[in-house]
Amino acid sequence: MTEARKHRSETKMVPVPSHSIVPERDVNEIPVLETRHLGIEFGGLKAVDDFNLTIGRTEIAGLIGPNGAGKTTVFNLLTKVYEPTSGAVLLNGQDLHGMTIVQASKLGIARTFQNIRLFDKMTVEENVRIGLHNQIKYDMLSGILRLPRYWKQEKRQHERAMELLDIFGMQDLADEVSGSLPYGAQRRLEIVRALATDPRLLLLDEPAAGMNPHETEELMENIAKIRDQFQIAILLIEHDMSLVMGVCEGICVLNFGRVIAKGTADEIQANPDVIEAYLGKKKEGGK
Amino acid sequence: MDFLFNLVNGLSLGSIYAIIALGYTMVYGIAKMLNFAHGDVIMVGAYISFCAFQYWGLPPLPSVLAAMIFCTVLGVFIERLAYRPLRSATSLAVLITAIGMSYLLQNVALLIFKSDPKNYPGQIIDLPGLSLFGGQLKISGVTLLTIIANIVIMILLTLFINRTKLGKAMRCVSEDRGAAELMGISVNRTISVTFAIGSALAAIAGVLLCSAYPIFDPYTGSMPGIKAFTAAVFGGIGSIPGAMVGGLLLGVIEILGRAYISTQLADAIVFAVLIIVLLVKPSGLLGKQVREKV
Amino acid sequence: MKAKKKKLIYNSVTFGLVIAAFLICQLLLSTGGMSRSFRGQLIPICCWIVMAVSLNLVVGISGELSLGHAGFMSIGAFTGIIVSGWMQRAFQMEDPVLRLVLAMVIGAVLAGIAGALIGIPVLRLKGDYLAIVTLAFGEIIRNLIDCLYVSVDGQSLRFGFLNNKLPGDLLMNGPNGAVSVQTIATFTAGFVLVIIALIIVLNLTNSRSGRAIQAIRDARIAAESVGINVTKYRMMAFVTSAMLAGAAGALYGLNFSTLVAAKFRFDQSINVLVFVVLGGIGNTMGSMIAATALTILPETLRDFGQYRMLAYAVVLILVMLATNNPLARAFFGRIFAPVKALFRRKKPAEPDLKGGDAK
Repeated sequence: MTEARKHRSETKMVPVPSHSIVPERDVNEIPVLETRHLGIEFGGLKAVDDFNLTIGRTEIAGLIGPNGAGKTTVFNLLTKVYEPTSGAVLLNGQDLHGMTIVQASKLGIARTFQNIRLFDKMTVEENVRIGLHNQIKYDMLSGILRLPRYWKQEKRQHERAMELLDIFGMQDLADEVSGSLPYGAQRRLEIVRALATDPRLLLLDEPAAGMNPHETEELMENIAKIRDQFQIAILLIEHDMSLVMGVCEGICVLNFGRVIAKGTADEIQANPDVIEAYLGKKKEGGK
Repeated sequence: MDFLFNLVNGLSLGSIYAIIALGYTMVYGIAKMLNFAHGDVIMVGAYISFCAFQYWGLPPLPSVLAAMIFCTVLGVFIERLAYRPLRSATSLAVLITAIGMSYLLQNVALLIFKSDPKNYPGQIIDLPGLSLFGGQLKISGVTLLTIIANIVIMILLTLFINRTKLGKAMRCVSEDRGAAELMGISVNRTISVTFAIGSALAAIAGVLLCSAYPIFDPYTGSMPGIKAFTAAVFGGIGSIPGAMVGGLLLGVIEILGRAYISTQLADAIVFAVLIIVLLVKPSGLLGKQVREKV
Repeated sequence: MKAKKKKLIYNSVTFGLVIAAFLICQLLLSTGGMSRSFRGQLIPICCWIVMAVSLNLVVGISGELSLGHAGFMSIGAFTGIIVSGWMQRAFQMEDPVLRLVLAMVIGAVLAGIAGALIGIPVLRLKGDYLAIVTLAFGEIIRNLIDCLYVSVDGQSLRFGFLNNKLPGDLLMNGPNGAVSVQTIATFTAGFVLVIIALIIVLNLTNSRSGRAIQAIRDARIAAESVGINVTKYRMMAFVTSAMLAGAAGALYGLNFSTLVAAKFRFDQSINVLVFVVLGGIGNTMGSMIAATALTILPETLRDFGQYRMLAYAVVLILVMLATNNPLARAFFGRIFAPVKALFRRKKPAEPDLKGGDAK
């Protein structure tokens, strides 16, 4: 049993009033994320409907469901790429209504993308530095005139970028052009870039996609490590069940834009609705 | 009465813009490129019909037909030679090539016909005018023909796009080039047809434009080309009814602006209206709003 | 520190080229070894270099297609002419250097303000729509300048719009443009402006703001998701570029005794775009070299007489085909492979247009 797995099995999940569960250690604090009856319609089609989820301060949560269930749409609602047509998103108790993507980011939400979106003509280090945009600042004029502030802040950015890259042992890739990295490294770099924004909640959209079992195993440990080191909450979408069941404390299952089950890994695996909608189907088709 | 006169003239100029804009909008919709040389094809059409009539002694209608045939061949030829090799290149590279093509057409015309302006023979379109309200409102034959030609072209083109197999293929390629290719539609052939139609229309536009405004030179196509392109964007680029609406509106605004606000400011007014429309409707009057997929 | 070192070398080569070219030109000027027609080209070349470098900031670094760059240049040009004429006539300021600097600064500021005013509405649009709207703005600016009459009456400036009955000395005469301009532009000023433009663009690119601008270009949603204010940084690139174009315009305007707004039609914007694309999009040194080469090229083609512009068009099309067609690229790649291998360790890749610069 890996570190991550052990961690999960030790967690005691407790119910909170909004019909969700959070880890017992987080129960006395404002949840990092709370959604209330969240929904969005695209031309009459309810892509996500009545989505309620509470995530504890240091919880690793999973969002699973068959293809087209609306998982990425949920991420887009949480990060304000879309404005919901109903319901509310509360980040650290603050309503994100009417906010822009940038404002949500400044309040502490960061994400990776299902189809990788790196700044692919720029180097690995530059990608992380862009993540540090609102953390280590200096203005345009200092940059053009190369004032002392420029040199000082550039040095700080460099050092912090290296620290962050060290999480995945990517320091020696710092000068590579990010678009030329192998797939797995690109996914890891996206996580580093998201972490650079100093988030409270990290959203990972299929972080293990395209990774081999060994890389997935490593990623699992790293996800737990990131949570422990940064004391942040992580919500991940993933199709790799070994990763979800291995590392997620609370799991939410989505089908046709609606939540069909919430619970711990064991509860989800035993839930007949989930098996019918998701796992059962997969067994028929796949194995 | 003055207003009516200006309105009719505006509709006539707008019809010319609409016919040119069709070429822009079809090429944009299907090949996803801004064909900057399209305006110069108009000029070529004008010169060919001029030569056919003046020097080769052809009657009016065959002169126009000659211009159409020449421009069709020219359009297909340009696409084959300059744009097709760049099918996989960036849109900016294609744009610059199109600009180069525009310079090329202008300068070849400059070499052959010299820079001094020519006078377009009025006999090519020699139709009786219309006199309404007891002679208070006189509409010239060219004006009438232009408006009618525009309507006919619109109807034929809409039928072609919606009813024929080739038209269906064009819509497919415009929607998803890759999928169309997988369905066995020849993308190259479809794009060639698009250029052929667009260029033939440009020739007609050239004849109509120079019949209405008879002084022309090798740079004649440039400004109407840009205005028609503006019209296409105005109506929503890629949309055929959009080109029609955009062209007509632009023509009317230009003529009314010239008559009632200021002759010198007419261009500024036209472009200002374009900007306002795009600010309110960022993809043009009849364009489709595309949501970015995340 | 490979990437950093590469950038340092690139920047040094860029500045080195400009300084070397300037020194060679000065040497040729002092020994009289430069033809008259080429001497007349020196200041315009500097202007077009600044135009190309600044447009590259928008098209290459920020990734927006702008077709109205000549509009900003014309604002700078006519502002510069008015400022210079006013200072001289109303305040007896005869020092040409001071007037030139003042003209360029005010030209840049006004072009920057115009850039901001245009940018607020325009930068919400994307791709080809942005292109057509910038083109429209360029044409509106030209059209408005055509209607503008300005005169110096005593110490004050009088403006007339569509109204040419102004008291005093006429500086701008509507569609006839600026008249009897004192040509105070100098090659040295052009050189300094090129250096300033390079410092601004290169330093900006390698700074926090520049990285934000490039991030928006590469992946807009991802840039927003890490907290980059898209409008602010697109605007920053656009306004900076407009200001540089304004300064270049002022220099350009003060190089000719008469100037009409028709000189800044959309084809001029397109010409600058051609410099940027041929120089390699996003490549500042490339823009510079292409601007130089393509300003000289039509002059050197003078021997071809009437075939001059035809040759230019053909060259343009052939270069685009050769550099963008996959087959042609593979073909040229094989031919130039040994040449490239020679240069790889010394300099970053340079477009083969370099030749014209050292002449």
